[in-house]
Amino acid sequence: MIAPKNYASDQEVRWCPGCGDYAILKAMQKTLADLGVERERTVFVSGIGCAARFPYYVSTYGFHTIHGRAPAFATGIKLANPALDVWVITGDGDGLSIGGNHMLHVLRRNVDLQVVLFNNEIYGLTKGQYSPTSKRGTRSPSSPQGSLELPVAPCAVALGAGGRFIARSIDTMQPHLVEVLTRAHAHRGASFVEIFQNCLVFNDGAHAAFTGKGVASEAQLHVEHGKPLVFGAERTKGLRVKPGSLEVEVVTLGQNGVTERDILVHDETSRTLAAMLVDLKPPAFPMAIGVLYCDPMPSYEHDVQQQLQQAGARPASEAEMDAVLRGGRTWEVP
Amino acid sequence: MRDRFTSSSPDLRGVKAREVRDSVVIRFAGDSGDGMQFTGSQFTLEAALAGSDIATFPDYPAEIRAPAGSTYGVSAFQIHFGGGDLTTAGDAPDVLVALNPAALKVSYQDLRIGGLIVVDTGAFTKRNLGKAGYETSPLDDDTLAPYQVLKLDITQRTLDALEGLGLKQKDALRSRNLWTLGLMLWMFGQDRSATAEWVERKFAKQPEIARANVAALNAGHAFGETVEMPMDVVGYTVAKADVPPGIYRTVTGTEATAWGLLAGTQAAGLPQLFFGSYPITPATSLLHVLAGLKSQGVLTFQAEDEIAAICASIGASYSGVLGVTSSSGPGIALKGEAMGLAVAVELPLVIVNSQRAGPSTGMPTKAEQADLYQAVYGRNGDAPLPVLAAATPADCFDVALEAVRLATKYMTPVVMLTDGYLANAAEPWLVPDADELPRFPVQFRSEPEGFQPFRRDPHTLARPWAIPGTPGLEHRIGGLERDAESGHISYDPDNHQRMTDARLAKVRRIADDIPEQEIQVGTPGGALAVVGWGSTYGPIYQAVRRAREEGLEVSHLHLRHLNPLPRNLGDLLRSFEQIMVPEMNTGQLVTILRSTYLVAAEGVSKVTGKPFKVSEILDAIRTRLER
Repeated sequence: MIAPKNYASDQEVRWCPGCGDYAILKAMQKTLADLGVERERTVFVSGIGCAARFPYYVSTYGFHTIHGRAPAFATGIKLANPALDVWVITGDGDGLSIGGNHMLHVLRRNVDLQVVLFNNEIYGLTKGQYSPTSKRGTRSPSSPQGSLELPVAPCAVALGAGGRFIARSIDTMQPHLVEVLTRAHAHRGASFVEIFQNCLVFNDGAHAAFTGKGVASEAQLHVEHGKPLVFGAERTKGLRVKPGSLEVEVVTLGQNGVTERDILVHDETSRTLAAMLVDLKPPAFPMAIGVLYCDPMPSYEHDVQQQLQQAGARPASEAEMDAVLRGGRTWEVP
Repeated sequence: MRDRFTSSSPDLRGVKAREVRDSVVIRFAGDSGDGMQFTGSQFTLEAALAGSDIATFPDYPAEIRAPAGSTYGVSAFQIHFGGGDLTTAGDAPDVLVALNPAALKVSYQDLRIGGLIVVDTGAFTKRNLGKAGYETSPLDDDTLAPYQVLKLDITQRTLDALEGLGLKQKDALRSRNLWTLGLMLWMFGQDRSATAEWVERKFAKQPEIARANVAALNAGHAFGETVEMPMDVVGYTVAKADVPPGIYRTVTGTEATAWGLLAGTQAAGLPQLFFGSYPITPATSLLHVLAGLKSQGVLTFQAEDEIAAICASIGASYSGVLGVTSSSGPGIALKGEAMGLAVAVELPLVIVNSQRAGPSTGMPTKAEQADLYQAVYGRNGDAPLPVLAAATPADCFDVALEAVRLATKYMTPVVMLTDGYLANAAEPWLVPDADELPRFPVQFRSEPEGFQPFRRDPHTLARPWAIPGTPGLEHRIGGLERDAESGHISYDPDNHQRMTDARLAKVRRIADDIPEQEIQVGTPGGALAVVGWGSTYGPIYQAVRRAREEGLEVSHLHLRHLNPLPRNLGDLLRSFEQIMVPEMNTGQLVTILRSTYLVAAEGVSKVTGKPFKVSEILDAIRTRLER
């Protein structure tokens, strides 16, 4: 059994005291240890932001790149050596604002890697401006009267981009984090994990509507494949399709004749269901947590390798170099 | 060119004999849908196969399907072929083939006085004349009086030749260019079998099209052979080139770049060439050529944008293959931040810039050399990297190979500058033997003992290339300033000074590992040095040779290495009384030379999107030496 500390680098971790990133780092190191991954085969790639410091704190290979571009670097790393195990660590600004384009394409291409997006709904490293996931009306140094933009839902973006593994967890839920990261790692193709992370300094309590102690059980829906979508302290609430519509509604078991047979059952291979789950949010609905969608298909670098093999690819040799240079029309001057 | 186009052999047997020429310049011009690029390329191939030296200049519009018949939709292909040492596509064509009024209008004034114009009268309809802005036909007035004009109804003759093959008229007319090509091949005594073979291969699945095209080609040739031509139109025999023995082929700058990069990958002993790219004119063709080399271990990645293209390539280099990206000016601007990262993390990378006229979108299909500053200086912070420029299409091979050598040996991104002209132009190339190419195998770090990611080789100042997958070498790199040994994040003031100095010293030291600057024409010392870089090589070379024939004391220096500059360049420049730097920009190399060596170099600028003419540089030389 390998200890999580074997996956800690010798660098001092320098996030703010109380930052949710510590818990995510701890969960990641435990996940790597539980899986017994080979450090030399593992690469953490990041862009810019608080989350992007992550690779410095893991004892594997790590590449702290430029703002928003980690998915592109990771794609090149994986294509050039498909045997590597690649993680992309990003945040809501890095991954959905400056790097939104690359997020779209790494997911639609389905490169076999794990994208972990720390969502704290704020720009932390630049001292607290609103981000693309900030709620409308967020007051920040760059939006003193409140932000006017509507936020994006990261998992909805990932699903729209064609992502085939989409999951959510929360920084304070250590065992659940490990479970979700483990599932993401097992998935072949691009996995997208949104972690609700609290920024104590600039956006404390951003997720309190569903992470607060008093509300968590009522405001979180923990999905499990094949299990009914029920929640609440007594697990008496559930989701059902509103009769005569294409909408879902929250119902209470035993009320108005609702029985367990009315409640939707989670099917993580259903894109339709996933599209509904990613959009639920408090106060009208609970926040869906867990693996929302998982429907693997062959990964990009796998197909790229297959094309290379079909073409008979091998490292260029002198004989083949001659064939290339002399291919087509040549003539000899005596 | 005119002096080469004068001698003629006597007519001994009462039939018109072929006249003999040293070299000839032909321009094929037509609508962008008329297949002029194909026609020019095939003529080039036939001439090259027959042993001529060649230099070409394809010139086509940016619009994929510009409105038919318009002047801005004219596509042209100029070829200079013959004996001697041809390095330009020729200042003034001897022959212009114009397949519509618009093509005639934009080209005829470039023709030398007395040159031959071949026009398709069938295309000189009222409608086409109107589209070209002609109120009356230039064939009917004295517009073309200074030239010989051969008026042929090529349209009708093509239809006649294809009669009975069962083609619709619209389809039959597509073979007009092949009829014309057949005639021109006859006129210059060239074979046509390579073209016929090409057509049959290309249209193997549409045999009726193949038949029609070959029939048109043969009909055009037969027309020249059998039909009475006007008095002064004859066939020509053009001299062959006197070149060293060996296997030759024609090569475009794009092909030579692709093969040079591949040869470099092999020379470095790397398992793969990873090419990350995003389509942009005129760089795209490199992606196309490399995408066809999968069997040689080339992996091409068409990224979502320019930034992703370079970032993926850096990622690939990090994984232990050769990362290469390419673009043109606007795309290179987008790559700037990532180039800085490659400088900072010290990974090998080749960045090919096929320059085009700028600023901004500029003129995508027209060549310029205005990205030298961008290549040398265009990044935030002190971010030095080596910059190389190719001089001719074939030179792209050697320069690409050299770029890979420097990138891998010094663990640095390297910029290779070409331009839209070099990318598309073709010349004959003495094909090297692969086993005679240089070898510079890379050594990945594998020994964990004493490993520090940024501990430098004392000779090259390169850091070790330690790739993921190697046990015991796990480490972190990134864009934040890093400790000079461990690579850990460091804000230490002395460390930043040390690392900045080391990055600069590493690039400067490359000057000791590249050849001293040679003189292309002339000798050290003298009245004037003409210093060039990139695709101005041909016109400068010819102009300096002619100036020397006139007795002027002038030499030609052409730079391949633009950063660092060759170690002897300062002394060499100072040995001349005057220094003149012709550039297709407003004076970039000249500024670098002045600031580096404190010499009184003067620029000659041309930014029309067209290459320098020999005469323009010759005039500038004369002006400087006469004052």
